Amino acid sequence: MVGEFKWDYAPAPESKDHVRLEKQYDLFIGGKFVKPLSKKYFATYNPATGEKLAEVAQANEKDVDLAVKAAKAAYDKVWKKMPGKERAKYIYRIARMIQERARELAVIESMDGGKPIRESRDVDVPLAANHFFYYAGWADKLEYAFPNRTPQSLGVAGQIIPWNFPLLMAAWKIAPALAAGNTVVLKPAETTPLTALKLAEIIRDSGLPDGVVNIITGYGDTGAAIVNHPQVNKVAFTGSTQVGKIIQKAIAGTDKKITLELGGKAANIIFEDAALDQAVEGVVNGIFFNQGHVCCAGSRLFVQESVADTVIRKLKQRMETLIVGDPLDKNTDIGAINSKEQLDKINEYIQIGINEGAEMHQSSCSIPAKGYFCKPTLFLHTSQSHRIVQEEIFGPVLAVQTFRTIEEVIEKANNIPYGLSAGVWTDKGSKIFNMTTKMRAGVVWANTYNKFDPASPFGGYKESGFGREGGLHGLAAYLKF
Amino acid sequence: MYPDLSNSPVVDQVGIEERVARFNTRSIKKETKLQGLKLALNMIDLTTLEGKDTEGKVEQMCYKAMHPADDIPGLPTVAAVCVYPTHVKTARRALQGSSVKIASVSTAFPSGNSTSDIKIADTKFALDNGADEIDMVISRGEFLRGNYHFVYDEIAAVKEACGKARLKVILETGELSTLDNIRKASDIAIAAGADFIKTSTGKIQPAATMPVTLVMLQAIKDHYDRTGIMVGMKPAGGISTAKGALQYLVMLYETLGPKWMSNEWFRFGASSLANDVILQLAKEYKGVYYSKDYISND
Repeated sequence: MVGEFKWDYAPAPESKDHVRLEKQYDLFIGGKFVKPLSKKYFATYNPATGEKLAEVAQANEKDVDLAVKAAKAAYDKVWKKMPGKERAKYIYRIARMIQERARELAVIESMDGGKPIRESRDVDVPLAANHFFYYAGWADKLEYAFPNRTPQSLGVAGQIIPWNFPLLMAAWKIAPALAAGNTVVLKPAETTPLTALKLAEIIRDSGLPDGVVNIITGYGDTGAAIVNHPQVNKVAFTGSTQVGKIIQKAIAGTDKKITLELGGKAANIIFEDAALDQAVEGVVNGIFFNQGHVCCAGSRLFVQESVADTVIRKLKQRMETLIVGDPLDKNTDIGAINSKEQLDKINEYIQIGINEGAEMHQSSCSIPAKGYFCKPTLFLHTSQSHRIVQEEIFGPVLAVQTFRTIEEVIEKANNIPYGLSAGVWTDKGSKIFNMTTKMRAGVVWANTYNKFDPASPFGGYKESGFGREGGLHGLAAYLKF
Repeated sequence: MYPDLSNSPVVDQVGIEERVARFNTRSIKKETKLQGLKLALNMIDLTTLEGKDTEGKVEQMCYKAMHPADDIPGLPTVAAVCVYPTHVKTARRALQGSSVKIASVSTAFPSGNSTSDIKIADTKFALDNGADEIDMVISRGEFLRGNYHFVYDEIAAVKEACGKARLKVILETGELSTLDNIRKASDIAIAAGADFIKTSTGKIQPAATMPVTLVMLQAIKDHYDRTGIMVGMKPAGGISTAKGALQYLVMLYETLGPKWMSNEWFRFGASSLANDVILQLAKEYKGVYYSKDYISND
């Protein structure tokens, strides 16, 4: 049996039989699904097939007003007065129900957003449940979490979340808000509303008092109406830096509290003394996880010149083994790009990279003819002044540079308007500590990448936003003292 | 040539384990599974290495090696039988006319604690009796003491004694304690002329594990990229299920690629694995699981 052995993995699609989707979803306001006053609906599609999955309501200003008023009433009449240990029970129950329906949530997440089932099953859904579990634990311990500071809830939190981790971002937003004693109006992204609406069903079934969590769907104007509503006391937004700036302008002069988690262009730095094969694995995980639709994606790779050839060779070899295709196939490593708009944007940046003279390398893999897909892509010989190095692409595109000295790489890594995350790969502990103090980034991973835990705060420097989510810091963002 | 060990990269255990976990989430079904199971069967070094081994047991095992399960059509033979030097002659007779190879452990297996002269003599005895392949053990004591040159020289000497016979070098990874050491030992063995590197004797726990095997595969890969020379890999001990074997094959496929997917370059050292593979193959063909009573224990 010498010679070329072909061993393509047979398709192993996750079953969709247990998934229950309505044809049409209304707005979840005051504990039930209600028809939108706008009378308008819009469709959400599977980016891997183009198939229409469901229609969801498009909330207008009046709908938003209803939702905020429901949240305000629930806050004043019920939630504010409820002892922490009672709030905890509800939050805990939601966590358990997410676990019970994990398979359905994972499949819907992959259908609606395009991410591989391996990730939605092993990362998104379990982490979402963990966030609820974690914050359930804090609800009755606020006095201990912030001793001598008399923590108090804020009121109504208006929360707007992106399309890259729809369920997980909903959990990051809702869990700490409820634990701190606030009520919520949440808007998922227009391309990925389904798991948030499923979460609304779970919340309804959990018996959480009506109006404590309201989930409404719509486009940017719906989000703007939430931000501008006078009875919203706190705005939490995850999304693009551009929109983040608009929101910050909009709430200037009000006493609304705000946290913004915005874009990123993280540096992933490999030193010559690193465990190279594992570093390459970390780079792959850093940029190709969730098709690169990750605000903390390690989209700029810096390799020390003595190992640059080796690392790039290994990286190219590893990219060849990545399987791009059907998000519901258990063997898929890279799924579908979330939307046509996003794919167009990524392709535009790839063209920009080529025009800028960088050397492009793509995996030789095939991609499905239908749906929105992008091959894993590298750009070599890039420089700090290239647009593909400066701007967030939000796709599976990695820009590679080399460096010689530690001072040089620190300067280059920080020479960017963003500062959300960074990665450092070295076998030397002292180098790790040196680097972490000098990186202007909210999260610095050492010898790993894209690791998330509910107990660990997450957030940015500079134009990557402010405020933290996760851990005690994430709780503090929903309290006044 | 003695290797430049400064070229041996460090190994991050957490990273290795994460990579292995990812291999294990690959879903191997249908035709892919069938192909993988047949290949796994064809890669087995059917092994008996006990003090109480008898001629009869070796003969029975040799028959099994040639006829793993005659009621299932189109099954390959296993790759080789693996025995002590004193049983090579019996195996040679029993395997007359078959393509199944004879591997013999040598060099004072399993501890390797003996003089160089005895180790060479042990190897020559096995070869004179008809062994096709030699599975030697390295001197772990000398390795752990930092006496790498000694280890290198000993492997090179056995390789010379082997002539055309292929040499598998057992690192006994369960005694090397760190993945960094395993990488270093792999690089030394490869540089000294190993045709295969092998994890374990099967006498020490832990024997073969996927993380350890991955480190060794990466050493093989780096050597290949540097020189264009292929080296084989043999995890041995502890792999007893077909599912486990398929996971190793996924790891092999995604680390070294299709060129290594044959028993020229990859072996499983195992005694009970063959029967589980046969059980799974029978299920693929007949649609139902056999009772284990239908499969010979030879």
